[in-house]
Amino acid sequence: MIGLPASQTFTAGAIQPGTDMIEAAQLSVDYGVGEVLTDVDLTIADSDLVGIVGPSGSGKSTLLKALLGTVASSAGTVKKRSGLTVGLVPQVEQIDWSFPVTVAECVGMARARGWRTPWITRAERGEICEVLERLGLTGLGHRHIRDLSGGQQQRVFLARALFTKAEVIFLDEPTSGLDVRTRHDVLHLLNELNEQGLTIVLTTHDLNGIAAHLPKIVCLNKSVIGAGSPEEVLVPDVLERTYGSPMHILEHGGMRVVVDAPLGVVGGSDGATA
Amino acid sequence: MNSTAQSGLVAIDLFKPFEFEFFRNGVLVATLAGALCGVVGCYVVLRNMSYIGHGLSHSIFGGYAVAGLLGINLFLGAGAWGVLTALAIGGIVRRRPIGSDAAIGVVTTAAFAFGLAIVQLYGSPGRNADALLFGNVLGVTWADVWLIVGVSLGALAFISIGYRQLLFTTFDAEVARATGVRTSVVDALLMVLLSATVLSTMNVMGVTLVAANLVIPAVVARMLTDSFARMLILAGLVGAVSGFVGMNASYHLDVASGPTIVLTAAAFFVLAFVAGGSFRQRAAGVGHAH
Repeated sequence: MIGLPASQTFTAGAIQPGTDMIEAAQLSVDYGVGEVLTDVDLTIADSDLVGIVGPSGSGKSTLLKALLGTVASSAGTVKKRSGLTVGLVPQVEQIDWSFPVTVAECVGMARARGWRTPWITRAERGEICEVLERLGLTGLGHRHIRDLSGGQQQRVFLARALFTKAEVIFLDEPTSGLDVRTRHDVLHLLNELNEQGLTIVLTTHDLNGIAAHLPKIVCLNKSVIGAGSPEEVLVPDVLERTYGSPMHILEHGGMRVVVDAPLGVVGGSDGATA
Repeated sequence: MNSTAQSGLVAIDLFKPFEFEFFRNGVLVATLAGALCGVVGCYVVLRNMSYIGHGLSHSIFGGYAVAGLLGINLFLGAGAWGVLTALAIGGIVRRRPIGSDAAIGVVTTAAFAFGLAIVQLYGSPGRNADALLFGNVLGVTWADVWLIVGVSLGALAFISIGYRQLLFTTFDAEVARATGVRTSVVDALLMVLLSATVLSTMNVMGVTLVAANLVIPAVVARMLTDSFARMLILAGLVGAVSGFVGMNASYHLDVASGPTIVLTAAAFFVLAFVAGGSFRQRAAGVGHAH
């Protein structure tokens, strides 16, 4: 579940097994040029599928990094369940596509902690084949990561996270730069993995193509503006406070569709029907 | 008959320098230095730090001068100076919005300039400054041989044990850190290895050419394969062959060893540039077949 436990207090130390996976309380992050995140309260529980939405510069990627622990908080706390294994799928724009690495090498490098042989062991090779097959990448292990389609590339990095046996996977803009069909495939795959018990947290700019299809959404603009189901948060008031400009909500085939309000129109007209 | 006699003469000429111990040591050191620099250079090139070899070798020259002035062991002093320089570069890049190329430019040139000033004021420490700057492989001692053998074994152990951490940190540091790899430790150890590599190979290549030994074999290997593991092996081979062939060419052409080694590696670069695409495709085909 996600919530806004503003008044909740947390005890020191790691979260006990059987409870929430990750808890951020009054979390603030400051890169030295003003706060990027302010007083964020967020709870990630087992089998959540959460989308974090917000405009550019709203702190989405920073929130992911703070939850992962790669960015230090200037105030507040982030607590993880003891022994929790996490995976991260980076934005495709951050990948060095000229780096000499095959699909199998890319997936195999992720199991790096502790004593490991430099080569992929036979048992690991079997696991890599399994995870590639699970994600529809059978037979592509020898290919260079650049020589794949956009959707396949995204799935390679998802495979890498799964190969670490991550219990929760963070994806930073997983559908950025993908066409509609591939975006749909990625969303379908994430839903499938979530149904199999994987906890997923992702950031997205895509309100209609991705966020509206997720069970839970967090609207972020430096602090959490709203959190809940699409019906609860995809409303004009929350969106306007998140994006800083008025938006309309249309109903189409039982789905909520967010559209920009025409220029000069102040306030949104909720419940319009397409 | 004439042709046979000529072939025989050529064969005698090619093996003649191996009668001399200084040459055998020189070939051994040049070959090992090439392999070591080739492998370590893969990480340097893939981290877009190609200039660091150039900068670090200059900085270590500064370290020699300072160590000589202080009267401490030249290798230890220069090595420590190199490690400090490399760590300073990493620290500056992490703490300030400055690219690694700019940080390398500032720190290593300052360290080099400091060394030059010390040499001007107090004279060159121990080794001839020209030999350090341009390389003097024929003057290598057994201490040089053992140093490079030790550093090579250390590099082999470090890269074998930390292979995946090194690869993950080089390819995708943010994700590596997020999944529990201590990337700052990996980076620091790599900088120590790089400093040791430059220090131990400077006598062969000289300050001014050691960067080429780090960069060219790695770039050649990159043009020949799309696999990281194969790139490491190929870079080591190209570096070793360049060292061996370059040393022999140096003797027979009566040209300094640094330039002949670099020119041999550069010839590999031209070959890889011309034929690299088809080689890579064939390699991928072989990988697929298996």
